Amino acid sequence: MPNVMLRNNDSGELVFYLAKKDQEEIVVSIEHSGPESWGGEMQLSDGTRFYLEPFDKPPKLPITVRVRRL
Amino acid sequence: MAMNREESDKLIQEVLAVYPEETGKQRAKHLMANDPELEKSNKCIVANKKALPGVMTQRGCAYAGSKGVVWGPVKDTVNISHGPIGCGQFSRAGRRNYVTGFSGINIFGDMNFSSDFQEKDVVFGGDKKLDTLISEIDGLFPLAKGISIQSECPIGLIGDDIEAVAKKKAKEIGKTVVPVRCEGFRGVSQSLGHHVANDSLRDWVISKRDGKEPTFESTPYDVAITGDYNIGGDAWASRVLMEEIGLRVVAQWSGDGSLPEFESTPRVKLNLLHCYRSMNYISRHMEEKYGIPWLEYNFFGPTKIVESLRKIAARFDSTIQENAERVIAKYQPTMDAIIAKYRPRLEGKRVMLFVGGLRPRHIVGAYEDLGMEVIGAGYEFAHNDDYDRTFKELQDGALIYDDATSFELEAFAERLKPDLIGSGIKEKYVFHKMGIPFRQMHSWDYSGPYHGYDGFAIFARDMDMTVNNPCWKNVRAPWKPAVSEDEAAAA
Ligand code: SF4
Repeated sequence: MPNVMLRNNDSGELVFYLAKKDQEEIVVSIEHSGPESWGGEMQLSDGTRFYLEPFDKPPKLPITVRVRRL
Repeated sequence: MAMNREESDKLIQEVLAVYPEETGKQRAKHLMANDPELEKSNKCIVANKKALPGVMTQRGCAYAGSKGVVWGPVKDTVNISHGPIGCGQFSRAGRRNYVTGFSGINIFGDMNFSSDFQEKDVVFGGDKKLDTLISEIDGLFPLAKGISIQSECPIGLIGDDIEAVAKKKAKEIGKTVVPVRCEGFRGVSQSLGHHVANDSLRDWVISKRDGKEPTFESTPYDVAITGDYNIGGDAWASRVLMEEIGLRVVAQWSGDGSLPEFESTPRVKLNLLHCYRSMNYISRHMEEKYGIPWLEYNFFGPTKIVESLRKIAARFDSTIQENAERVIAKYQPTMDAIIAKYRPRLEGKRVMLFVGGLRPRHIVGAYEDLGMEVIGAGYEFAHNDDYDRTFKELQDGALIYDDATSFELEAFAERLKPDLIGSGIKEKYVFHKMGIPFRQMHSWDYSGPYHGYDGFAIFARDMDMTVNNPCWKNVRAPWKPAVSEDEAAAA
């Protein structure tokens, strides 16, 4: 369950940053991005997938969260 | 001309052939030929891995990253090298990070404060000694605003509780006391020391004014310069430009910086990040906790300065944007004159770089402004996110070497015959003896600043006076026949 930081980059894309590995990846898709639920399964630009326990509303970014590798 | 990718790959294979099989296999992962199209580096280069036994690496330790790089330039704190005497003494005042003030009154970086561990401290623990030491410092240097405890290897090994001592003494002397767990054995290079130091600033310094009344009035133009250590005055040369376009620089992290500046930073509007490697951690933290965005910029060479000034100005209103254009226009003639003077003397000269945090990618533009080309670049302690940012700056086919060993550097230099090498003091004399012009690109070789418009003038002059110095023709191994006058003239 790594700790990662989610933030928007200059072009507005959602970026996934894994501090331990200094890995920065664009989130290409996220399961829930609506106003009622935000999170779920995320697909990164390098192909890996993570699961984020959904929030009940979009959180204020950047935010550090715990995710599970799928 | 730089080699193309196949030639570079071939050269890498030839150089690797010398190693034992396993070493060669490991080192191969750290060497590559550049492809500017690449976005991600994790598939093509391995970085931030432990150096192999038996090779000569150029890296330092976590203590060096914290005490030397991040905490060292802070002017109003006493940084204690906690442990045996050597680490502190050999890292004392050698980095050329400039500060203003009077030694022992309001600046302390030129002295070595050490707990000078002896056997008995290792056996019985050094917390008591640290306690006494902090009281002594407070007595001798009452104007110091704070104290940081930079752990050397033994502290972690014997399990001293420096956090407890720090808390107790902070209360007692009424100053900031920061314990830093930067023991040299942690991590694979000085890079972890940067991270540890950033975390200590996060936990013990910048949160101090959370929830308190602000001590100054904010303006919409407040910024902080982060990741600039004022080598040879770099941060000053950058600061004047920020101020010229109308921004107010509240803090410098950490070149010529101070604790009150750090504590004020949570109130700025934008963090301007020069060295991504050593201060991205604190920038990310401030973005999350205080909602301060951060922006990477590059103040080496007019092309990059112009780009950066526009990028920075774009984050503010039209006044700043107009100011930026005015400033760019103001300096353009001076820059054109510098380029007109030096470019003819430097055109086509080939450069190899091997430096630290940001320079292997950031200085490329400055060389290109002078018509020079960077044919090889490498970092001592980069991570993959640094290489992600490097590919697009370097030309196609340029050699990239991560944590290069001294053998590799020499072998590459022998084959590529660059006209200039930029690296550190450890490499300098080797290449001097090979007859290759050399500049120290960590400390600017007793020169600087190199940032900003003012810096570029000095940079151009320095490169010219190194590359075109007549002495290189006279460097000759004593057992080789002397060259005649005409041959030398032809060369
Ligand atoms: S590795 Fe340890 S002993 Fe060596 S300089 Fe670093 S802190 Fe000191």
